[in-house]
Amino acid sequence: MSPALEVRCVSKTYGEGAAMVHALRGVDLVVEAGELVAIMGPSGSGKSTLLTIAGTLETATDGEVVVLGQQTSTMSRNDRASLRRRAIGYVFQDFNLLAGLTAAENVSLPLELDGTRSKPARIVAMAALEELGMADRADRFPDELSGGERQRVAIARAVVGDRGLLLADEPTGALDSVNGEGVMRLVRAACKRGVGGVIVTHDAQLASWADRVVFLRDGAVVDQTAPAAGPESLLSPTPSR
Amino acid sequence: MSVRHALLALLSEGPKYGLQLGQEFEAGTGEVWPLNTGQVYTTLQRLERDGFVESDDSADEGPQKGFRITEAGQRELHEWLLTPPDSSSPPRDELVIKVLVALRMPGVDVSELVQTHRRHVIEAMHQYTRLKEDAGDDDIGLLLVADAEIYRLDAVVRWLDAADARIKRLPDAPAMPAAPVRARPRARRTVGARR
Repeated sequence: MSPALEVRCVSKTYGEGAAMVHALRGVDLVVEAGELVAIMGPSGSGKSTLLTIAGTLETATDGEVVVLGQQTSTMSRNDRASLRRRAIGYVFQDFNLLAGLTAAENVSLPLELDGTRSKPARIVAMAALEELGMADRADRFPDELSGGERQRVAIARAVVGDRGLLLADEPTGALDSVNGEGVMRLVRAACKRGVGGVIVTHDAQLASWADRVVFLRDGAVVDQTAPAAGPESLLSPTPSR
Repeated sequence: MSVRHALLALLSEGPKYGLQLGQEFEAGTGEVWPLNTGQVYTTLQRLERDGFVESDDSADEGPQKGFRITEAGQRELHEWLLTPPDSSSPPRDELVIKVLVALRMPGVDVSELVQTHRRHVIEAMHQYTRLKEDAGDDDIGLLLVADAEIYRLDAVVRWLDAADARIKRLPDAPAMPAAPVRARPRARRTVGARR
């Protein structure tokens, strides 16, 4: 099975000559199916740029981005857009739900844009909402939902259908800590079903939900956490030096 | 010490055996706070000496010896609940000292050192988050203990982030020792001349 995401030696520059800015410098990142990776780094470290390039919303200046085994740099614009609608889910900080559509319509929209007829699209959307405990809110509009409910709709939209890659930029936004934790439980549940996930955050609590944390600084990967030890290691803590 | 008051709290529900107290304490903290039997009995003996609990005189020392809370014990428990906890020496102090020391040591990349500690702390947070993830919604003891550790560690990460940002803003790579030490006597002389 191909990894959900392979970023190979990706660089991104903006501007030219003396005004050239290096947003990313030779970044490598592989996210396996079922794995959740968090990317942390200070403002300006390139973490959001990395996410938009991984999601093919932007193209790299150099390097390769392979999503679910498909090389994206040689694809046409249309093919890339189609890959985004079918295979990649996005969760943004401010939800980005369309105010004129109900919860179910928001979730089924990417499927319909990709050619699924509206009835089957609604059935799949309802299944995604049901999984997040939102079936009874399916016909409400975003402004009739609480912050936590809106974020659930955003996550349902990101994982609806057969998406293999979930990308999230500060996905708990302004939610309180218990609702924020609920969001991360949902993201983890999606990953357990085989979705590869990447979350960009400056929040260590959020990052601690990931299997692995990658640290970015000045556009380069500088460090990452070790593969997780089991919780039992807490019972025999290692002495501090 | 909180084990003392935790045992008083368990006894405030009704008389209990020593063995039972140890088990209930561990269950109440999601078993992330193991307590050995010896510690339970030493604590109970001290509580009895202080008049906060009474035991069955008839029974032998051991797991089947029963204990109950006294009125003085109830008062002590209520006072303790409202007393601010001792926070005079937060656990991150050692880390603060390490960073301060590193700043004065030639050849140490402080930013790298800060990152190393940031990674260690996040790895520890990760383990507590996993505990929470696997816990049931009703396992309130475990959830609260894990939350407390996560928030404490989160504060350490935030301090490391702030330290990192401050150190980066220093005019030059921190070659601190020489300059301030020489500057101080000069300042003192100026003050002396004015007098």
